[in-house]
Amino acid sequence: MSYVTGLILLLVSSAIVNNVVLSQFLGLCPFLGVSKRVETAAGMGGAVIFVITIASFVTSVIYKFILAPTGFEYMQTIVFILVIAALVQFVEMFLKKSVKSLYESLGVYLPLITTNCAVLGTAINNVTNNYDILESVINGVGIAVGFTIAIVIMAGIREKIEYNDIPETFKGSAIVLLTAGLMAMAFLGFSGVI
Amino acid sequence: MNRNIERLYNGLWKENPTFVLMLGMCPTLAVTTSAINGIGMGLSTTVVLVLSNMMISALRNLIPDRVRMPAFIVVVASFVTMVQFLMQGFLPTLYEALGIYIPLIVVNCIILGRAESYASKNPVIPSMFDGIGMGLGFTVGLTFIGVVREILGAGSAFNVAIPALDNYHIALFGLAPGAFIVLGFLVAVMNVIRRKMEEKGKPLPAVQGCLAGDCAGCSLSTACTGKSLTHHVDELPPVNPAEVAKPTANEMEVKQTANAKNSEDVEKSGSDSSYADDDIVGKEDK
Repeated sequence: MSYVTGLILLLVSSAIVNNVVLSQFLGLCPFLGVSKRVETAAGMGGAVIFVITIASFVTSVIYKFILAPTGFEYMQTIVFILVIAALVQFVEMFLKKSVKSLYESLGVYLPLITTNCAVLGTAINNVTNNYDILESVINGVGIAVGFTIAIVIMAGIREKIEYNDIPETFKGSAIVLLTAGLMAMAFLGFSGVI
Repeated sequence: MNRNIERLYNGLWKENPTFVLMLGMCPTLAVTTSAINGIGMGLSTTVVLVLSNMMISALRNLIPDRVRMPAFIVVVASFVTMVQFLMQGFLPTLYEALGIYIPLIVVNCIILGRAESYASKNPVIPSMFDGIGMGLGFTVGLTFIGVVREILGAGSAFNVAIPALDNYHIALFGLAPGAFIVLGFLVAVMNVIRRKMEEKGKPLPAVQGCLAGDCAGCSLSTACTGKSLTHHVDELPPVNPAEVAKPTANEMEVKQTANAKNSEDVEKSGSDSSYADDDIVGKEDK
């Protein structure tokens, strides 16, 4: 298996087979909180793709060139969470200054992402699996795309649920969790693909 | 002493993080494939929570208000790293089973939430008891969900097989969909209890965090960036005035001592936090 095939398989497996929300349970907060409308869900997905891709690259570079050579691997959790928090702020400032249109569409979601365990999870995941920098970025893109797929599907379903007559008790997050359970069941079907 | 016991009761029962506040859902769903994993995750979170609460409370007058969140994160992350290595050394099987979710304790809403709403405003000993109460409440919640999933999914409880269930278990409950479904039903049951308690005139504290449909409930998002997402906060259920207006004698006492000792701190952090969750917790804790 060549390196490139490996990368493609990695992309598919992190996006669909091991879907970050539906099988890893990372990034549940925005998945439950920001999935009321397809538009906002897609916006959130876009912001997550943007941040996770940059964060995987930056954390992986920091790990490879700073932490590993100096023997500070055990600092990874502290360094990663601070780097991610700083990075999100930085990205926000940068977009606000120079890419106005992108900031207007993604800006609202950026503060939410710092809390997102998917970002830290991806960074730690890259290190645990010993991915090189390119693989880390691909893994990050895959995870973020998987998140976007899940949240957009969820938002689509929730827009329909609005019109359904569900029992009082299950209104709100209960029905959303059950829906997520059914989606997770569907995604289990991909587990034989790779 | 009363105050400490009240903290334990508060964490274990009144504001149980799993059942009542519904915080920390990532680990709740991910690691509860069995009761043992639930206990393991719960206890490691408890250790981190107690230590970080104590440390943050001890440093509360030294940490400048503007950089408190990064400071809290560094404290929490340090303790998480220690716990991670201790587990790797002494409990390797549990460490393997919990995997990536151990470092992710850092972003658990419960820990930063308690740091922000309690430990940063109260002395060390009550903060320690607050950590113990909340941590054990979380452990009980995770263990309960773990037991339910283990019985349904593997026909065993605490790794002991239940002979009657030999042919009647559904493996799905041990997998990802089972987690969502069990939690969905738990939320539904809590909705019923919530309604019953409201009819009785004793409403439960509001759901915080993710399941309130509101990521801003998590301290980290607003405090890190200094922004609140008002359109989300608007959807939070309102604080019940009856509950706030009539605190029990015990709570009154807590209120007064806390205010007398560091009213300055309380006011400072109270005024600039703009998200609703702080108001709800704050009213009871201050």
